[in-house]
Parts: sequence; structure tokens; C-alpha cells
Amino acid sequence: MGSVKAELLRLWKWPATWVLIGVWLVMTLTFGYVFNYLALNGGTNARGASQQQLISAMQPENVGAAVVRGLPMFGGAIILVLAALAVGSGYGWGTWKTTLTAGPRRVSAMAGTLGALAVIVVLLVALTFVVNLGAAITVASLEGWDWNLPGIGVLKPLAASLLIAAMWTGFGVFLGVITKGPALSVGLGLMWAIVTENLLRGVGSLLGPVEDLTKILPGGSAGNLAGAVGGSGAPGVLNDLSGTTAALFLVGYIVVFVGAATALKVRRDLV
Amino acid sequence: MIVTTEKLTKRYGDRAVVDEVSLSVRRGEVYGFLGPNGAGKTTTIRMLLGLVKPTSGSARVLGKAPGTPEALLKVGSLIEGPGFYPYLSGRDNLRVHAARRGVDKTHVEAALEQVDLAGAANEKFRRYSLGMKQRLGVAAALLGQPELLILDEPTNGLDPAGMADMRDLVRALAAQGQTVLLSSHLLGEVEEICDRVGVISQGRLVAESTVEQLRGDTVLLIRADPIEKAHVLIEGSSLHGDVLHVRETDAGSLVRTLVHADVDVQEVRPLRRTLEEVFLEMTGVA
Ligand SMILES: Nc1ncnc2c1ncn2[C@@H]1O[C@H](COP(=O)(O)OP(=O)(O)O)[C@@H](O)[C@H]1O
Ligand SMILES: [Mg+2]
Repeated sequence: MGSVKAELLRLWKWPATWVLIGVWLVMTLTFGYVFNYLALNGGTNARGASQQQLISAMQPENVGAAVVRGLPMFGGAIILVLAALAVGSGYGWGTWKTTLTAGPRRVSAMAGTLGALAVIVVLLVALTFVVNLGAAITVASLEGWDWNLPGIGVLKPLAASLLIAAMWTGFGVFLGVITKGPALSVGLGLMWAIVTENLLRGVGSLLGPVEDLTKILPGGSAGNLAGAVGGSGAPGVLNDLSGTTAALFLVGYIVVFVGAATALKVRRDLV
Repeated sequence: MIVTTEKLTKRYGDRAVVDEVSLSVRRGEVYGFLGPNGAGKTTTIRMLLGLVKPTSGSARVLGKAPGTPEALLKVGSLIEGPGFYPYLSGRDNLRVHAARRGVDKTHVEAALEQVDLAGAANEKFRRYSLGMKQRLGVAAALLGQPELLILDEPTNGLDPAGMADMRDLVRALAAQGQTVLLSSHLLGEVEEICDRVGVISQGRLVAESTVEQLRGDTVLLIRADPIEKAHVLIEGSSLHGDVLHVRETDAGSLVRTLVHADVDVQEVRPLRRTLEEVFLEMTGVA
């Protein structure tokens, strides 16, 4: 499909794509391995994690959990920023105008953007997996542990990672379309992913209904799915819902975000 | 007909920004869409491309509904400035556009040549001058050999040299038989290039005709002595100070009449209203 090819071409050559992916990979390495490795080798270990927990978290076998636990909050925020920028900047640059007058129907143009973003996000998750596995193997070798490659069970946290990443992508696309610009969509998205849901969780400990709500908000659902497939020890990871329930909520959010963004894109005048 | 509109109207709030515009663009012509800033040119063009939905009325582009793939694939457009990715080179921007249009990327080089950007094809769009940006916009519009080229004020913001380049480019395309809808707020521009013009003012199409028709009949100016005698002799003439104006094309017979009546004829010349005067008169922006 021409629209996917076109979008992929421009996202691939966009420095922001690689800067955001790079920032994420550095973050996941730093928090997942560098700090844990230092803690293991004489740090103060303020989080109170036992030696055994640190070793387990860094085992190559458990790389699936290491990938998924970063995505509900920080990884999600980065993916959201990428999607919101990819869609929102087109309004200021006037590229939506060029896109929508090129030929394909608006639905196809939108599908092109979504398809290309999907490719980029799958790549981001795959790179996260590869980089984390590399780091885990390095640490295991340095420490002289007996280690194993992850088994087939790693597919579950990876699938969960993709679902979580897809939800944040849809959220970003939705914000980009609704605000018709990069700045507001990124601002609102970051605010939501990093601040709002956490504040609500804080309030939730005082008010029961709010607590129930926070479990099923976008970030909450993502955190619960990550928790259900073995993620732990990262901000945003929760253990309040079953994996199936959390996954169903995420699918629901994807449908709503992508559906609303597409409907709006198809109907709204572009001026 | 390549484009026809029937009482095309767009309202924002209770203001009709485009008000029952019925225009038509014929195959092979350069149609000048002329009007002062804010007249509704861009809004009309947006409706022809399906970017904006009309409040009422209708339009057909190549016999198809605006904004459908059938219409869009045969139309190349540059609306209110070029929209490209600033971080991509000119060539990559055209490749992206070619992919969207389903045009093979080999056509990109020809389009770059056509607008004289082959030498700057690898430079980032962000670094282009305004004139280069506009020319890249035209190159993108040309991809896929469209039957209709819509250029919305392509000289806007350009320096005189850039404007001349853009006009030459449009003229060259027209010479190849390309149908062009060219909007402008500059009369001189459409006067030079266009076959027919539609004049829009405050959302209404106030005239649509050839440039010649728009200018009106030729009026002759006559300076003679004694002028009063000439005024009596020439039927339908009007006295303006010490000269006569008369709607007449046969200067020879006029002069003969005057000379036979012993009137000294000092000057006879066609008095053509400039399009500028016609334009100002019609749009009321004096
Ligand atoms: N989205 C919009 N909302 C409200 N008014 C608009 C909108 N778009 C254009 N206008 C108004 O419509 C008028 C015509 O605009 P436009 O079609 O851009 O004129 P032109 O291209 O002839 O300069 C202007 O007064 C402009 O302010
Ligand atoms: Mg305009």
C-alpha cells in the first residue's frame, strides 16, 4: 500500500523517531541493568530488594518481564510522544493538506499513518527485547552466573508489551488529531501518562470509587497487564486486575482511540 | 469542462465566505481566479479538493465528486503554500508524495528538472528559499501528469525574480497544453498568463469571461479642433474636457468624417481601460 510506504519512508528518515527510540533504549538499560548491577555490587540498595531479586530481574531468562515492566509508564509516554508528534506536526507543516489531496481516501491516508506507526512500534519493542537480552547476557557473564536463554514463555510478556505499546500509540494518534498540533498533544499526553493517573492513584487510596477507576484507566490497564505477565519493580506496574481483563480494556482503548481519531480525520474540514 | 461549480457556498457562522459561486474551467485553458485577499479563493479551492465540505451547492472536478480518489489522482495542487516535511530533502519529499499518489519514483527526477530544482534535490526542505519551496510544491503537483493543475497564489511572498520564475514556469506548462487554475490577487499576473478569468469579491463571483471581454469595448480618444464641432459630428461621443470618447473601432471612417467637415484631427488612439481599473470597479476596493 502506497500510503503505508510513504509514511514509513518519512518516519524512518525523521530524526525524532530515532532520538525517541534511542532515549527509551538508554532508559531501559539504565534502570533495568546499570543501576541494578551497581546495587548488586556494593550499592546501598535503598529499594530494599534482596540480592536474589536483583539477580533474578537481570537473568537473561527473565528478559520478557524486563521489557514489559517499562512500558506502562515511561516507555508508554515515549511511544505516546512519538505518535502524537508524528500526527500533530502534520498540521503545522501543512503535510496533512498535501497527504489528503494526493489521491487516496482519507481512511487510507489514516491507515497509512497507523500502519507505519505500527511498524515503528513493533521495531521499538523488538529493539528493547534485543538490547535488554544483550545487557542481561553481559551481566550474567560478568558475574559468572549459570544462565539460560528465555524459553517460549517469553512470548507472553512480549505480546503484552505490543498491546501496551499499541494502546499508547493509539492514545498519541488520538491526541494529535484532536488537538491538531504537536505541542498540545504532547503536553496533554505526558501529563496524562506521568502525572494525572498517578495523582488519581494517590486520591484513590482515600476514595474507593476513584481507586476502582484508576485500575481501568489507560495507564492502569497497561500496568495491570504488565503485572499479570510477570513485570515487577517498576513505576506504573500494578497487580489489581487479571491479565485477561486488563488486556480487554487495552483492546477497548485501542478501538476507541483509533476509531475516534479516524472518524474525526475523515469528517473534519482541513483548513 | 474540467471544473464546474453550481452555487457553491461555504458559511462560517452566519458569514458566507464563498457565496453561490458558479464557475467553470475548460480543458486546455489557464483560468485566472482573481480576487483581493480574503475574497474566498482558497476556500473555493479547498472545496474543489475535498478538504472543506461545502455548506450548500456542488462542484464537479473532471466529472467526479471533489475529494474522491478518481478526482484527486488527476489533479495536482498547491494550496496556500507548500506542505512538506522540513527534515527531508526535496527529493525525499517528492518520493513520499509519489508513493502516496501511486506514481513510480522515477518520475521524481523529471519533476525536479521541470521546476529547476535538480541541483538542490538533496538539500533539506527546511533550508530551501521560499521560491524553491514554492517550486517544489509545483513539482509535487506535477507528479502523475495531472489533467488539472491548481495553483493557489503560487507567487505569494516571492521576490520579483522568484515571481518572474514562477510565471515563466506556469507559462511553459500552459504552452504544453496543461490546464491550470491559477488564483491570484495580482491583476498583472493573470492578465499576462490567463485565457479566462473569474473575479471573486467578498465570496461572490462578480465576473467570468476572457481578459478581453472583461476589459470591455475599445473606446477611442479623439483630440480635435474645434472640439465642439467634432462632438456634434460624431454620434454617441462624449466630451471629457478637451477630448472626446467614443465607443467605436473604425478609426478611419471617423477621421474621414471630421476631415471632410474641416475639423483638424490632432490625435486618435484607443483608450483601453486597464484591467486594474475594471477590477477595482468590480470589487469595490478602490
Ligand atoms: N476556518 C475558517 N473559519 C472562519 N473563517 C474563515 C476560515 N477560513 C477562512 N475564513 C475566512 O474566509 C475568508 C476567505 O478566506 P480565503 O478563502 O482564505 O480568501 P483568499 O484565499 O481569497 O484570500 C477570509 O475572511 C477568512 O478570514
Ligand atoms: Mg488564499
